[in-house]
This record gives sequence, structure tokens and C-alpha cells, in this order.
Amino acid sequence: MDINNLRAIVTVVSLLAFLGIVWWAYGVKGNKKRFEEAAMLPFADEEADLAELGLDRKGQRKAS
Amino acid sequence: MSETQSTYNYKVVRQFAVMTVIWGIVGMLVGVIIAAQLVWPDLNFGQYLHFGRLRPLHTNAVIFAFGGSALFATSYYVVQRTCHTRIFSDGLAAFTFWGWQLVIVLAAITLPLGFTSGKEYAELEWPIDILITVVWVAYAIVFFGTIAKRKVTHIYVANWFYGGFILAVALLHVVNSAAIPVSLTKSYSAYAGVQDAMVQWWYGHNAVGFFLTAGFLGMMYYFVPKQAGRPVYSYRLSVVHFWALIFTYMWAGPHHLHYTALPDWAQSVGMLFSLILLAPSWGGMINGVMTLSGAWHKLRDDPILKFLITSLSFYGMSTFEGPMMAIKTVNALSHYTDWTIGHVHSGALGWVAMISIGSIYYLLPRLYGKSEMFSIKLITVHFWVSTIGVVLYIASMWIAGVMQGLMWRAVNLDGTLTYSFVESVKASYPFWAIRFLGGFLFLFGMLIMAYNMVKTITSGRSVDDARVVLVPAAHHA
Repeated sequence: MDINNLRAIVTVVSLLAFLGIVWWAYGVKGNKKRFEEAAMLPFADEEADLAELGLDRKGQRKAS
Repeated sequence: MSETQSTYNYKVVRQFAVMTVIWGIVGMLVGVIIAAQLVWPDLNFGQYLHFGRLRPLHTNAVIFAFGGSALFATSYYVVQRTCHTRIFSDGLAAFTFWGWQLVIVLAAITLPLGFTSGKEYAELEWPIDILITVVWVAYAIVFFGTIAKRKVTHIYVANWFYGGFILAVALLHVVNSAAIPVSLTKSYSAYAGVQDAMVQWWYGHNAVGFFLTAGFLGMMYYFVPKQAGRPVYSYRLSVVHFWALIFTYMWAGPHHLHYTALPDWAQSVGMLFSLILLAPSWGGMINGVMTLSGAWHKLRDDPILKFLITSLSFYGMSTFEGPMMAIKTVNALSHYTDWTIGHVHSGALGWVAMISIGSIYYLLPRLYGKSEMFSIKLITVHFWVSTIGVVLYIASMWIAGVMQGLMWRAVNLDGTLTYSFVESVKASYPFWAIRFLGGFLFLFGMLIMAYNMVKTITSGRSVDDARVVLVPAAHHA
């Protein structure tokens, strides 16, 4: 097979793969929940946030 | 130690965060010096400190020392916090810190001495290239090792961007740095002629796309939501954003070689992919900015958010300007002029530096157990000083660049050139002076940041007791 056929095939496959990803992100109903869950990940560790800032669990400044 | 008592490794984050500010000052100082050398040529002292030797030192210092340290610091912090686990290996993480600092010091010594492979943004000679490779492999092991031992199901999108950045930079660095050494300090590229040029700009543009974009988008996807106190505008958009960047960036490199010996079709492919890139770039920018939707008032009195959101505006501007400049007919005017320098700095100062500065301002108090930086007011001052600096810089370079392009292409009726080259140099002087002022203001802002940082550190304590958070059942793997 001519190498250029292979190049053309790779290009088409890449485009289809990308369209597949778009469909996976927007078209698959079941994914909506898992994406919402993932989006909340930065906020799932409030305790560490408070500890870093030297605050106790109520958000008050620790006496130290 | 049981997982409930394990803590996050903040030591390595602290080290890289502090060095971000220090290398930022060093790299930008060299930039201001070479800007001054263009205005006052008498400042070119001797063979080691003239423009030709210092310019690669400036680019390497700001990209790899300042930008690199910011990426290490934030990626180590974000990957631990969003994976709910301590970093994979403390020892290897420490190795990446000291190894990276050694690379920077070696660059600062060898570049003024004139040891260079002559490849833009990849000037360092082969022994340093090998050291970079070793450090980078360690970085990949630490980062992906941490993801592998995560305690949550999902890999947060910021980590996708950081991971893509780490893998792509490894590939780019190894391929482009392939060389045949003839001595300890001299090597020749493994490629020849136009292939060498194409490999170089495949590297060069993807250094922009992955080092200076993907990694910093990782910052955006964590620190913008955190500072705004709300999740990212659209997580689904972020997934498409990531893959669209991955699929398109790799092919945009030829736009650096318009009207050269590179085959014409390759130039056109590069131009086309550069134009396509506008879509994912703006998708990502909108995703970041719209995260603030419904909470715009926070922008009014939070200078850290000002930095983060302004950086996204500059990202949008420069990712619009870039594709336009990649169009061959526009490039015929802009290439080799100061317009390119203006474009680069709208991305480098406006986007990369500002999002890093915002993220480091977010991190510093948290790494030193303070509820906020020593002075919020000084952050605001820093924001305005650096914004004015960027605007002066890029506006002067636009004017100078378009003027140079027009002067170089102007011909008389008989076909002779209207202007000699030196006339365009003379006409550029006032704009180079304005650029110097803009760069100086940006550097001055970094000095304000350093003062604020030192004050915050000296009154704080090193936080080493931030416990790894137990995850709610729903998030368990």
C-alpha cells in the first residue's frame, strides 16, 4: 500500500476519533452525572483548605 | 502511617512556588536589560553580555525557569489535592526540584559563554539536554504515579492538561534535541536542511502549545474555580477543549516557516491547522471566563481573580492574533518584525505570567498557614502595574512591527527599495523605548510580589500538616 493511503486513513481515523469524543462528552446521557461529579472535585476537600489557611472547622482563626 | 493521618507534600510545592517568583525576577530583569540594549547600544558590554548572548538566556529563564517552576509547583499541588493522596514519591519530587534548579544554573552559565546548539528555545547543549530528560522522566513518574494511587474515581480535568503537557514536552524535547556530539560543549543536529527547520518549529510551536498553553490551562481549570468558589462553567466543554487542542496543535508548526524552503503544501497545512486552533482556544477561554458567570462582582475586589481573568482575556487576544498571523498573506507583512515579539509577549506576559502570578498568590498563604497574603492592596497595585506594562509593551511592538513590515516591502516606481534597513531601525527607536518602559513596569510588579511574599513567609509557618481528606463514599474508586 502506498504510504499516502496510510496517511489519509490516519487522518480520517483521527477525525472520527475526535467526533467520537465530542459525542461521548455531549451525546451520552449517562455521562452527565459523572462529569458533574468530576467538576466538584476541587471542592471535595474543604478540611484541607481550612487547615492550610490556619482556620478551624467553623472557619474561625485558630489561636496559635 | 494510615491513610487517614497522611498529609500532603507541600514542601516541594513551596520550593517551586518561591523559585517561581525569584526566577521570574531574574528572567524578566535580563529581558529588561536586552530591551535597554536595543535602545542604548552602548549597554552591550564585552563578548559575554551582549544582546546575542543574553537573549537566549532571557527566553530560557522566563519560559523554563519561571514558567517551569510555576508549572511544577501548581501541578504537584493540584494533583495531590484533586487525587486526595500524597505525592507518589517524596524523594523523586525533591530530585525534580534540585535537578531543575541545576538545569537553570547550567543554562545561566553556558549561554553567556556562547555554548549553544542554535535552536530557538532549545539552545542548551547536549549534556544539559540529557539532564533535562532525566529530570523530566522523574517528573512524569511522580505525576502519573500520584494519579495512579488516587483515592477518587475521576481524574480531574486540570490533571489531564498537566499530564498532556508532561508527555508532549518529553516527546518534543527528545526528538528535537537529537544531536551528534563532537565535544562536551558542541554538537550538531541529527537532522539536516529543511527537515531540521521543520523539526525545530514542530518543537518550537508545540513548546508554545504544550509548555506555555496546556500546562497553564491546567492551572486555569483548578485555580479559577477555586478562587471564584464555583465549579468550572462546563466540564463537558473542558473535555472537548482538551482533545481538540491535542488533535490540532501538533500540526501548526509550519506557520513559522512561511515563504521558506519548506514545501508550499506543508506551509498551507500549518496555516490551516493554526486557523482551526482558534476554536479550541476560544472554547477554553470562554469556559474559564464564564466560570465567573453570576459572580462577576467578585472581580471587583479580588485582585487574584483579576489576575486570573485578565490572563484569560490576554489568552483570547493572543490566540486570535496567532491564527491571523499564520495566514500567509498576513505573515508576509508580520514575519521577522517586532509584531511577532509583541504577539509572543501578549501571550507570555498577559497569559502565562499573569495566570502564574494569580495562582502563586493563591498558593503562597496556603503554603505558609496564613488566611491571606501579607497585603491584598499590594496585589492590586501589582495587578495594575503589570497590566499597564503589558499594554505598553504589546501596543508599541504592534506599531513598530507593522511599520517595519511596511517599510521593508515599500518599493519605488523603478522597483528599488524605498527604505534601507537601517532607516527602519531608526524609526523603531521610540517604540523600543516604550517597550523598555513596559517591560520595566512588569518587572517592577514582580518586585512588589517578592516583597509581599517575603512578608507573608516571615510571619507564617510552613504548612506540613494539611491532612489528606477522606473522600465521601460517592467518590470512592
